[in-house]
Amino acid sequence: MTLTDTEQAPQAQGGRRLSTSKAMVEAIAQEMERDESVFYLGEDVGAYGGIFSSTTGLLEQFGPKRIIDTPISETGFIGLAVGAATEGMRPIAELMFADFMGVCLDQIYNHMAKIGYFSGGRVKVPMVLTTAVGGGYSDGGQHSQTLWGTFAHLPGMKVVVPSNPADAKGLMTSAIRDDSPVVYMFHKGIMGLPWMAKNRRSIDLVPEGEYTVPIGKAAVARAGSDVTVVTLSLSVHHALDVADTLAGEGVDVEVLDLRSLVPLDREAILASVAKTRRLVVVDEDYLSFGLSGEVVAGVVETDPTLLTAVRRVAVPDVPIPYARSLEYAVLPRHDRIEAAIRSVLS
Amino acid sequence: MSTTTPAPAVPELSAEARLGMYSSMVLVRTFEEAILREYHADKGPGFDIGKGLIPGEMHLAAGQEPVSAGVCAHLTADDAVTATHRPHHFAIAHGMALRPMAAEIFGRTTGLGRGRGGHMHLFDPDTHFSCSGIIAEGYPPALGMAFAFRSRGTDAIAVAVTGEGAANQGAFHESLNLAALWNLPVVFVVEDNDWGISVPRSASTSIPNNADRAAAYGIPGHRVEGNDVEAVHEAAGRAVARARAGSGPSLIEVHTLRMWGHFEGDAQGYRPDLADVAGHDPIPAYEDRLRSAGVLDDATVTRVRAQASEQVEDAIAFAKDSPEPDPADVALYVFAEEARS
Repeated sequence: MTLTDTEQAPQAQGGRRLSTSKAMVEAIAQEMERDESVFYLGEDVGAYGGIFSSTTGLLEQFGPKRIIDTPISETGFIGLAVGAATEGMRPIAELMFADFMGVCLDQIYNHMAKIGYFSGGRVKVPMVLTTAVGGGYSDGGQHSQTLWGTFAHLPGMKVVVPSNPADAKGLMTSAIRDDSPVVYMFHKGIMGLPWMAKNRRSIDLVPEGEYTVPIGKAAVARAGSDVTVVTLSLSVHHALDVADTLAGEGVDVEVLDLRSLVPLDREAILASVAKTRRLVVVDEDYLSFGLSGEVVAGVVETDPTLLTAVRRVAVPDVPIPYARSLEYAVLPRHDRIEAAIRSVLS
Repeated sequence: MSTTTPAPAVPELSAEARLGMYSSMVLVRTFEEAILREYHADKGPGFDIGKGLIPGEMHLAAGQEPVSAGVCAHLTADDAVTATHRPHHFAIAHGMALRPMAAEIFGRTTGLGRGRGGHMHLFDPDTHFSCSGIIAEGYPPALGMAFAFRSRGTDAIAVAVTGEGAANQGAFHESLNLAALWNLPVVFVVEDNDWGISVPRSASTSIPNNADRAAAYGIPGHRVEGNDVEAVHEAAGRAVARARAGSGPSLIEVHTLRMWGHFEGDAQGYRPDLADVAGHDPIPAYEDRLRSAGVLDDATVTRVRAQASEQVEDAIAFAKDSPEPDPADVALYVFAEEARS
C-alpha cells in the first residue's frame, strides 16, 4: 500500500493500536525483512532497545550483525553509515539526542548531505539519521532541544518529523526507501513511553503491513475555518487539545501538521491560510532564524495581502532551562498556543 | 610500538611493478604541472584566487607521489580510497579517468560532479574514490565502505588517507578505534609532509611518529622514512594483505615531502627547508635508482613521459573544450531523485 493520494495514513482496520515507538519499530522491521541492505546502528540500540524505544525487539529479530551497538563515537559511526550508504547499503544511524549533533555535525552536513550534490548525482547516500528531540521533562538544555530548524537550514537532507503512530510508521518506510539522506526526528513526548507523560494520541490506530506516507506532504490534523495553526511533532497534540477547548466557544481552528520541514509543504500552508486569513505558527524550536519565520515568510512572499493576523509561538531565544517552571515558560504549551489563537482572532 | 623503515628496503619487486610505480609517479607529476600551468595562466594582474580557468584553492601533491604509487599498486578498482583536500595523486594512482577529473577541476559539465564539487570533492563511482576537504573526516566513511564490502562477502578493502595534521583530530581516533573494534578491512595511511599549512609537526604533535598511535588501538603501525616508494609498497603490501584476509586494519605513516605550497599562492616564507626541496624530489631519485637497477633506460623514460604528457594534455583540452554548467541547473542533484545518468 502506498499512500500517495491521501493526506493522512488510513484508519487501521480492526482497531489495532500501537505506541509511536512500536509503529516506528514495525516499519524498520518490515523494511529489514524486505531489504538485506538495511541495518541499524547507534548507542544502546541493541539489548537496551533504544533509550526511547526506537529499536525495541529488533536485536532479537535480526541479530547483532544488523542491529549494532556502537561505541560513544558519533563521528565514527555516522561517518561509517555515510560510507556504507555510498556503497549501496541503507543504514539507519541513531543519534541518541539531536542535541549531540555538535560532536558529529561534519559527517552530517558536510558529507551525508553534500556528497550527492558534489558528485553531480552520481553517488547516492540512501541513509536515515534517526534522532530524539524535544523537552518538557526537565532534562536540561543539552538534552531537550528540537534543532530541526538547524538541520533543515543545511541543504541536502530531508527532515521528517512525525507526530503520531500511523505517520511514524509510514514516514519511516518512506525514509528508508528514499535514495536521499533523511533525518528522522522523533519527539520523546510522542513515543508513548511508559515512563514519560504522554498525550493520549501517542498510542493510536496503526495499519498492519507495509505502507508509505509521502515525505513533503503536510496533513490537516483538524479542519477549521477561523484560524490556521501550522505546527509539527508534539505541538500538534497541544494544538489539537486547544482546538477542542476553543470549539466549545465556537472558534473553529484548523491544525496543519507539517510532517516534514524538508521538503516543506508550502502549498498546504497557503491553501489553509487562504481560507482562514489568520496564522499561528507553533514551533518547539528556537524563535529566531528558524521554521516559524520561514513559514510566515513563505506566505508573505507569495501574497503580502493574504494574512490579516499572524503570531509565532516558539522557544524564546534562551537555552532550554531546567526548573519546571522555567521550562514550561519557554515551551509552546497549551496556554501560549491558546493566547496566540485568541490574539489573532481579536 | 610501531616499526619503522629507516633506509630503502630491498624488496623483491618485479621490473614491471617498479616501472608501474614509476609511471604512476610521472603521470601524477605531469598532471600536477599541467594544472599548475593552467591555474596560474590567468590569475593576474597580481594573484586573484577567484580568477581564471581554474578558480579557488588548489592543493597540489608534487613530492608525495611515492605514497600514492606505493599504496595503490596493491589495489583494484573494486577497492575504495578516501583521500584529502590534496587528492590528485591518489585519484590518478587509483585509476581515475583523467578527462572527467580534469573537467571537474575546471568546473565543467563533463566533470565527475558536473561542476558541483571542484578539486577537493572528486567522487568517482567507477573507482570507489572520494575525498573530503575537512581534515580527518575522510576516515569515517572509509569504515562504512569497508563494512559494506565485508557485508557483501567480497574481499575489497578501503584505504583511508590523511595528512599528519589529521592525527590530532577526533575523527582519526574514532575511526581507528571502530575499525579495530569491528575488525574492518581498512588501511589507514598518513602522509607526513611535515607541515600543516605553516605549522611544523613539531609544533602540533606530541609524539614523533604517528604510527605509534596504532598501538593504542591494538593494530599494526608502521612508519616509512625517506619518501621511498618501494618501502611504501612493502608496508602497504602487508597492510592490504592483512585487510583482505579479514585480519583487520593497519596504520601506515609515510614521511613524504610537500614540494610546493600548501595551496597555490602560498609563498612559504615560514619554511626554512625551501632551498633544499628540489634536491629531494622523489621522481629523479627513483629514476636514478631504476636506471642503476637496469629497469629504466633513456628510451623508456622518454616513452613514459611522452605517454603521460599525451594523456594529461588530452584531459586538459577535453576540460577546456567542455561547456560550463548552466546556472539554471544549479539546484539539480541536491536530492537523489534529480539525478540522471
